[in-house]
Amino acid sequence: MKKNKLSKLILKDGTEFIGESFGASKSISGEVVFATGMTGYPEALTDPSFQGQILVLTYPLIGNYGVPDKKFWESSKIQVAGLVVSSYIDTPSHHAMQMTLGQWLRKEGIPALEIKDTRALTQKLRDEGVTLGEIIIGGKNVPLKDPNLRNLVAEVSTKKISSFGNGRKTIVLIDCGAKQNIVRRLVARKLKIVVVPWNTDVTKLNFPVDAVVISNGPGDPQKVNKTISNIKKIIEKEIPTLGICLGNQLLALALGGTTYKLKFGHRSQNQPVVLSGTPARLNSRSGGRKCYLTTQNHGFAVKKIPKGFKEWFYNANDNTNEGIIHETQPFMSVQFHPESSPGPLDTDWIFDYFFKKAKIYGTK
Amino acid sequence: MKKILVLGSGALKIGEAGEFDYSGSQAIKALREEKIKVILINPNIATFQTSKTLADEVYFLPVNDYFAEKVIARERPDGICLSFGGQTALNCGLELHRKGILKKYNVKVLGTPVESITLTEDREKFAKHLRNIGIPIPPSGVAVNIKKAKAVGRKIGFPLMVRAGFALGGQKSGVAVNEKELKEIVKGALAISPQVLIEKYLHHYKEIEYEVVRDSFGNTVTVCNMENLDPLGIHTGDSIVVAPSQTLNNEEYHKLREASIKIVESLKIVGECNVQFALSGSDYFVIEVNARLSRSSALASKATGYPLAFVAAKLGLGKSLLSVENKITKVTQSFFEPALDYVVVKIPRWDLSKFTGAHEQIGSAMKSVGEVMAIGRSFEEALQKAVRMQSGLLESVTDNSFSNEQQVKKFLHIPTPRRLFAVARSIKGGVSAEDIHKITGIDLWFLYRIENIVKTEKKFQKNKILNKETILELKQIGFSDKKIGSLSGKTEIQIRQLRKSMEIVPSVFAIDTLAGEVPAKTNYLYLTYHGAHNDVSPIGKGGIIVLGSGPYHIGSSVEFDWSCVYAAIALKRRKKYSIIINCNPETVSTDYDISDRLYFENLSFETIADISEFENPFGLIVSVGGQRPNNLAKQLALENFHILGTKASDIDRAEDRNKFSALLDKLNILQPKWTSFTSMKQVLKFTKAEGFPVLVRPSYVLSGSAMRVCYDKKQLFNFVNKAAVLSPEFPVTISKYVENAKELEFDGVAQNGVLMIYGISEHIENAGVHSGDATIVYPTQRVYASTEFQLRKIAKKIVAELKVTGPLNIQFLVKDNRPFVIEINLRASRTFPLLSKAMDANFPEVAVDSFFNKAKKLHFQYPKGVVVKSPQFSFSRLLGADPILRVEMSSTGEVACFGRDYDEALLKSILSTNKFYFKNKNVLLSLGGNLNKAKFLDTANTLISLGYKIFATNTTAEFFKNNKIKCKTVRKAFEAKPNALNIIEGKKVAFVVNLSVENKNGDFIKSRRDTDGFRIRRATVDNQIPLFTDLHLARAFIKALSKYGIDDLEIKSYKEYLH
Repeated sequence: MKKNKLSKLILKDGTEFIGESFGASKSISGEVVFATGMTGYPEALTDPSFQGQILVLTYPLIGNYGVPDKKFWESSKIQVAGLVVSSYIDTPSHHAMQMTLGQWLRKEGIPALEIKDTRALTQKLRDEGVTLGEIIIGGKNVPLKDPNLRNLVAEVSTKKISSFGNGRKTIVLIDCGAKQNIVRRLVARKLKIVVVPWNTDVTKLNFPVDAVVISNGPGDPQKVNKTISNIKKIIEKEIPTLGICLGNQLLALALGGTTYKLKFGHRSQNQPVVLSGTPARLNSRSGGRKCYLTTQNHGFAVKKIPKGFKEWFYNANDNTNEGIIHETQPFMSVQFHPESSPGPLDTDWIFDYFFKKAKIYGTK
Repeated sequence: MKKILVLGSGALKIGEAGEFDYSGSQAIKALREEKIKVILINPNIATFQTSKTLADEVYFLPVNDYFAEKVIARERPDGICLSFGGQTALNCGLELHRKGILKKYNVKVLGTPVESITLTEDREKFAKHLRNIGIPIPPSGVAVNIKKAKAVGRKIGFPLMVRAGFALGGQKSGVAVNEKELKEIVKGALAISPQVLIEKYLHHYKEIEYEVVRDSFGNTVTVCNMENLDPLGIHTGDSIVVAPSQTLNNEEYHKLREASIKIVESLKIVGECNVQFALSGSDYFVIEVNARLSRSSALASKATGYPLAFVAAKLGLGKSLLSVENKITKVTQSFFEPALDYVVVKIPRWDLSKFTGAHEQIGSAMKSVGEVMAIGRSFEEALQKAVRMQSGLLESVTDNSFSNEQQVKKFLHIPTPRRLFAVARSIKGGVSAEDIHKITGIDLWFLYRIENIVKTEKKFQKNKILNKETILELKQIGFSDKKIGSLSGKTEIQIRQLRKSMEIVPSVFAIDTLAGEVPAKTNYLYLTYHGAHNDVSPIGKGGIIVLGSGPYHIGSSVEFDWSCVYAAIALKRRKKYSIIINCNPETVSTDYDISDRLYFENLSFETIADISEFENPFGLIVSVGGQRPNNLAKQLALENFHILGTKASDIDRAEDRNKFSALLDKLNILQPKWTSFTSMKQVLKFTKAEGFPVLVRPSYVLSGSAMRVCYDKKQLFNFVNKAAVLSPEFPVTISKYVENAKELEFDGVAQNGVLMIYGISEHIENAGVHSGDATIVYPTQRVYASTEFQLRKIAKKIVAELKVTGPLNIQFLVKDNRPFVIEINLRASRTFPLLSKAMDANFPEVAVDSFFNKAKKLHFQYPKGVVVKSPQFSFSRLLGADPILRVEMSSTGEVACFGRDYDEALLKSILSTNKFYFKNKNVLLSLGGNLNKAKFLDTANTLISLGYKIFATNTTAEFFKNNKIKCKTVRKAFEAKPNALNIIEGKKVAFVVNLSVENKNGDFIKSRRDTDGFRIRRATVDNQIPLFTDLHLARAFIKALSKYGIDDLEIKSYKEYLH
């Protein structure tokens, strides 16, 4: 293998990581973040929440099982700006494989680098916080641009209203960059799902809405004013609402809460969250303290919890907020991904809990 | 909970090895941290968990319900832990529960409820349970005729596995892919059995395992998943295992994870559980569930850094996963799933050539005796490391000793320990990965990685360009300096210097359980060439490297790990930083809290040198990890690494036969006559002068055993010509074999050539039985004070001459009160833990003190009692192996028990390695040779007086009748029924004594296989009946039986036996 000296990742502070290109021959800039999941790279790469970001995967062998058919992706294209791995595997083996990861990246025009010491890069991002950076392929420089200054949600959201599944109840999913698996998990519950663009005023739709789900999405929640003001209206109308990830932050902001940027965010499939209010000691009635393993992908978090709400979950590692729930009404949101993909399916019950509270399931 | 009883797993055996020392030790530490008093039952004296400092009380007693009840009655614990001592502890616990003993004494089972364990142990009920909760299991059915078989077959779908019911060893079983084949196989099977079992044949399914942890609050995590490189059909203990899984996508990974959690939840597991799956495409089945710590959980623990046993013990006390700190990061807790940023490869270690006649093929029954684990940033790097760790003899997957293409083909098709090498060789020979996949069922992903290694090697062999780019590429793919050297015509040292001059050195990476996400305070390290930084900075002169023992195998087991662990602990006491290097995941020495730094790395010169040059420690300890590190002393010293204790040149004087022999002559110390020869002519000169029998030791063995006793010229010629290489390069050593001599072990620690502490123990068998297989007693029972005096004198002379500092072991042969020295090892020996515990003096600690010139002469007292060590054999696991004691070692483990006297200790010790029923008063005697018969006469009378009914094979019976001893004659094994085999198979006898004249004679394997003796011995071990093949041991056992019944055996803790 001949090392292409012109392929490298350069961080904002000038640190360089020389690598071997295995994606598109194209230079890009973005926010450099790392994720520690050991499987699920096709899901991660197509997660719209990664829009504008250069994703570093800490698991050292990436590409092992190639890329599956589009119907298994989380959106219709690769969302990351660029990919950085330790070793790329160009000889995958899997029954559901359609192409190699390299072929896919080149087809979609996404640059990717193999830099061996992703651990050093991860430690740097962990210690110094996420930073801007650029992937340079073939010597072409690009200006460093902070994606968080853009309205990334507007970029990744659907442009048209579409519906999925059949059911007597209608759930509106506000697409701020929704992962396809949210739709799949809702359809599996025999509900009708209407996916609407990020800036849709749900209260003005010309059909009855039984509940609203605010999706995940990329970037700084404070950049999504339009959605925030729309959520206010939904809550005023007392339509049951569930927020996921960015949706958690937007719900909080809409109702008087605040958000802030984490040093290096949570991007992994092994984040422990504790159900608030469960007692530390076991007793026969409560079942004791409950903890769930979750998939997370966020750089911002809720700080101040809005009035009338209480903490629903908190992170067992750093005690950050992982969800809020209204004291009496069916308004709730989680910072993690109950739809997973990639990651553990342990909190899929959140959907059922919400629909029960929202009386979507009737008396069941 | 104030007092808890922990059950250990007893002796190391195939299928139940060192991993349970690790899990038991962690459990005891976890409990003691909660200020709970811990009682341990485990007769395995070589383990760390049976040390005085760990549990509050240790009982060196058999792990069975009889002795456990006695201990419970005496100690009255509040709770009992069943899941840390393997199947042995679990079975014992279930028996205690079944008999109502736990209820009677109000002992609570900690962790998973007994009902759940019972459920998982009952195949049929458990299958029903899994079906009820919607978990798929391989569909199966039973048929009594062809019509029914067809119906069952149609329901399940082809291919099908058909087995004859109640038939041993897979007789008349087969795979049917269509109805015609099904009909044929069923017809055959019904001919020998009233029913056939038909099961879905999971041909070439992937085998995947999950390690699950659940607390009593219902919080559950899967700590690790693992993928077997070998497809289903090869026992996971005999499979190459990779962590995490490599070929599963997110959906498959989480589908299986969810199923594991569902099972664990349904069983209300509290603690640890292992779930095994078969997976093919989107099809999966659960194939096994172990509701306890297992070999896999030990591996998962080391692979991820998550201390499973420690956590499981805490959960057993009712703690939540959230309240148990993550011992690796120290900043997070135990409710999480480790994210790995490396690849782990485990390769089993087999020793099948050590067992005469054992079948080489591997399959559904485990045969390996140990394992190694390698960590890398690529699969290739980890795999090649593991290959080097496994035996220390191979450098790469491309190394092999296949003599021709036919052999390669054979080993590719038949699964054996050599399959991996046959795969690499086949790829090299041009067989496509796709074809190999079809033959072996190994996933293409793995084959492509092996192909990458082969191709890279080929490419390098063509141009041999040693530039920075090429060398780095070879190192990243896991090639050693030695291998690169042999490919390019250079020495290991030349390549080493070249690569260092190019600044190609491995990076030191840490295992932190969270892939770098949090700054963890971890001491758990590995080396990789896929890095550009180090996670830690060097310790420097305050550090001392302790070399571990590598994989457990015949001759090197948990006893060496025990010495390593205590060396590390002693270093701490001396305010030094200990740096352990070891590659065996079944050990305590590789636990997170034993050393200041742990390198999970190979014990090779290259790796040790790399670590030493990085850490720049004060020195290295090579003398506590057994022979493997000891062998490296010379090369390490040559390259100027500081070895603590005895100088490498003096170690060499003890190891080199010629030098050592000259030394003994110089010191006027007797040794058996010997010579080394390179031609048959020289040999005849020797045997003419000294006579037969002789002990023959080739320096290069083609196959089979490395040592043989030859009784005549014909045997000698046969052995040397067929099994060994005889050339000036590979001389063969021959020595006079002294018959009917006693063997004594002298263990000690010296400082600057002066003995600081020593102990002498005695073999119960005569010399000729390998010391690892011998039954050993301390203090000596039949040795004159004058002999011991002579031994001490000789030892002192040798120690002074070799200026020994550190551990030593001398093996003596005593004939007519004259001691001969047969071997010396300037390292900790197998008997170190036994003597340390019996004498209540920690030998490895004294050794560490001696390195710093701080050892003091220790005056010790003899213990109040006697301790006897017995070997544990695993013959029943090894189809075809002849269960007989020879000059070569074949035991896999040991136990030792204390008693008031020799008889009591011996009895307890034998009960710990055998299932012996006192109430069964029948015995089978088959005594070959007139001398054996005569020497057994008194003992036979003892048996009669004890009320035993003697069954004897014909010549033995004849002899007894002539001597007026009542016995029943049984026919020979090959004669008509009822014969000797029927008596054994019907479990009619309590034990079997089979003495054969050709006992020490390893020759004539082929003819012996079919002898009566072989068949009797084999049937005895197959039916788990105690077998005695040594006259002295058999006599000692029967004498002990005459003195003690089971009720007479005293139940005393270890501490009570010390002064």
